[in-house]
Amino acid sequence: MWDYFKLILLGLVALFAAIAADWGHDAAYKLHAALIFVIALGMFIWQVRQIDTEKPQVDTSGYMDGVIRAGVIATGFWGIVGFLVGVFIAFQLAFPALNFDWGQPFTNFGRLRPLHTSAVIFAFGGNALIMSSFYIVQRTCGARLWGGNTAWFVFWGYQLFIVMAATGYLLGATQSKEYAEPEWYVDIWLTIVWVAFLAVYMGTIFKRQEKHIYVANWFLLAFIITVAMLHIVNNLSIPVSIFGSKSVQIFSGVQDAMTQWWYGHNAVGFFLTAGFLGMMYYFVPKQAGRPVYSYKLSIIHFWALIFLYIWAGPHHLHYTALPDWASTLGMVFSIILWMPSWGGMINGLMTLQGAWDKLRTDPIIRMMVISLAFYGMSTFEGPMMSIKAVNSLSHYTDWTIGHVHSGALGWNGMITFGALYFLTPRLWGRKQMYSMAAIDWHFWLATIGIVLYAASMWVTGIMEGLMWREVDAQGFLVNSFADTVSAKFPMYVVRGLGGVLYLTGACIMVWNMWMTIRGGAPVKVAPPAAPVAAAQPAQAA
Amino acid sequence: MADKKDIDEVTGTDTTGHEWDGIKELNNPLPRWWLWTFYGTVAWGLAYTIAYPAWPLINSATQGVLGHSTRAEVAQEIAEVNARNAEVSERLAAADLSTLSPDDPAHRFGVAGGASVFLANCSQCHGQGAAGVQAAGYPNLLDDAWLWGGTLEDIEFTVRHGIRNDTDPDARWSEMPAFGDILSDEEIAQTVEHVLAISGQEHDAAMAQQGMVWFEEQCSACHGLNGEGDRSLGAPTLNDAIWLYGGDRETLIETVTYSRFGVMPAWGERLEEFEIKAVTLYLHQLGGGE
Repeated sequence: MWDYFKLILLGLVALFAAIAADWGHDAAYKLHAALIFVIALGMFIWQVRQIDTEKPQVDTSGYMDGVIRAGVIATGFWGIVGFLVGVFIAFQLAFPALNFDWGQPFTNFGRLRPLHTSAVIFAFGGNALIMSSFYIVQRTCGARLWGGNTAWFVFWGYQLFIVMAATGYLLGATQSKEYAEPEWYVDIWLTIVWVAFLAVYMGTIFKRQEKHIYVANWFLLAFIITVAMLHIVNNLSIPVSIFGSKSVQIFSGVQDAMTQWWYGHNAVGFFLTAGFLGMMYYFVPKQAGRPVYSYKLSIIHFWALIFLYIWAGPHHLHYTALPDWASTLGMVFSIILWMPSWGGMINGLMTLQGAWDKLRTDPIIRMMVISLAFYGMSTFEGPMMSIKAVNSLSHYTDWTIGHVHSGALGWNGMITFGALYFLTPRLWGRKQMYSMAAIDWHFWLATIGIVLYAASMWVTGIMEGLMWREVDAQGFLVNSFADTVSAKFPMYVVRGLGGVLYLTGACIMVWNMWMTIRGGAPVKVAPPAAPVAAAQPAQAA
Repeated sequence: MADKKDIDEVTGTDTTGHEWDGIKELNNPLPRWWLWTFYGTVAWGLAYTIAYPAWPLINSATQGVLGHSTRAEVAQEIAEVNARNAEVSERLAAADLSTLSPDDPAHRFGVAGGASVFLANCSQCHGQGAAGVQAAGYPNLLDDAWLWGGTLEDIEFTVRHGIRNDTDPDARWSEMPAFGDILSDEEIAQTVEHVLAISGQEHDAAMAQQGMVWFEEQCSACHGLNGEGDRSLGAPTLNDAIWLYGGDRETLIETVTYSRFGVMPAWGERLEEFEIKAVTLYLHQLGGGE
């Protein structure tokens, strides 16, 4: 019965997609409709061939790790794509000829830039979060993923979202909201995938063996739920036509700007902070082999972070049409957020208490520690930049870009690399990574790359901020905008080189993963036996 | 589980007694410095929201005891600068530039301020150093080749009313026909050889000979019999080495075939009176002023 229902559904999707591909008003929409048509048709044919045949029994006794293995590979792949585009657009800013006249409009910085940001945040970061949350929730709940193949739907559905977003940008489909560029139908698809993600995650937590829910799961759950809310509200829009990609936002003016930055800042807060803290809370204690430093700190900083982050968005709109009161609140909440953010860093770093010697011998723990150091630095820098007086200098300058990248390259990137190095040997049944020396190389290349990046952006950001506001004795502006652009050139080259180092490190990592996977085979891991046995001694005492 | 003390051997701290996949949690208290810094930021935050506009009410928001407003702050800063410059800028706005002495404070103020007005408003087309962009037909303002005249009066008029815009009825106006509709390709080629000849460039003498006929017939009314140009029509001089769009054969053929139509906005609609005077003084002293 279910099979026939699936057939009808796939047939209808294929039919509608075929019509849409023909009637579509723009290139992005037509391409996406054609893509969906091909996928739906392929699945339809496959489903027809499967119908009425005996289904092979799926072994559900172990953890569901196949989807995590796929996620590990996808994370590595999208990481390289995202970093490569980033390096390219960095050099486009230094050498505008790289925009290539022959490639217009597709190779234009304006279209490649969202491709870069979405590839690193949503494709690289998103895959890292989805696969590691699937891993963490199973291990810390002692339960197989809930929902059978739903996890695979989440994985492939998310990849489809990425491909549609990326190709849409290149073909000019964008709703022009930073980090929320995909158009309405891509947004709807992501919503469906995300709800399935939430269901799998919650379902697994309900099946858990340990009565308490581990702190990593609080953070990951906060990340999944809040991102769903942010995504839906910021993408409320009305399509111009069901056969076209263009849509119109339902908010306008300063309300639209405020909604966008409520979303934008909390994408940082819940995607790049809460989600990755969830990763940190599992992989750091595991890799260090030490208990988490303080349960009390984790619970207090969790709730403080969750409560405070959601108010901080207005600091992106200081000195704009936004009323002063909203601006003040955004700034105040950002500063109060400083300590709750640092709670995660303290808990992570202090978990190494009694295992500091591992910093000398274990390049993976070193990666995680530098990640926490960058986390601490950028969560100090962020509140500082939210102060109106500082923001009046830093806003719209490259300082912001430097801030974002010390967080993204340092914190998100490094913790993800650490997680990949942790997971790859375990998922493919190897004792450790193929080459530990290569991890060392990766560590140093990435660290020097970030330092070059952040330092050059601080210099150029503060410089252009000062040049913009420079006035002579009579109150006349001293510099034109183009003066500041030409002054930034050397720093742009340094930034690009920093990116090259970071990309090189990531390439070494992917090679290392490849060699590790090649020599191993997927392994099945069983959840621990029922907790009854574990509870026995406590009762005896 | 929780009623049995589980001590971590390395640090001697007890744990919470829970364990997930081998991960335990220590029962450490909140670090004091962390907690007090957190309290400190909360206290500061509350104080700040009392001092500054912060809490939204139904139809308005608390204004803060300091009565601060970012808009009022900007308005005040602008007013201060304006007040400081009021005397000299009024003097400049009212001045007749042709009689204003270079020693007059208003003149010095004008040249300095004009440079800033130029950077903010004019440099996008005419370039940072006012050398123009030939590829796009933005004239060089440093030399003494003027399309519409280089006296203070001429420059001021051009800045105020602009060129070939449809917003100012007094804009400078002239329009070269697209000769692709009037002459054959061969005739255009011959005309261009003539222009190459009078501007002292390498050319085909036979073609130029024929081109001279077309030139006298079609072009000389505006550009003059010898290609000397006519400032009253903004018709460029053709018998020198200075070109608005470029003087090579290919560019000239393009210019004659399709014509050109360079536009400049009327800055009188956007700039203050003293700013127009200031930028005029600045341009006039760059080197080409008459």
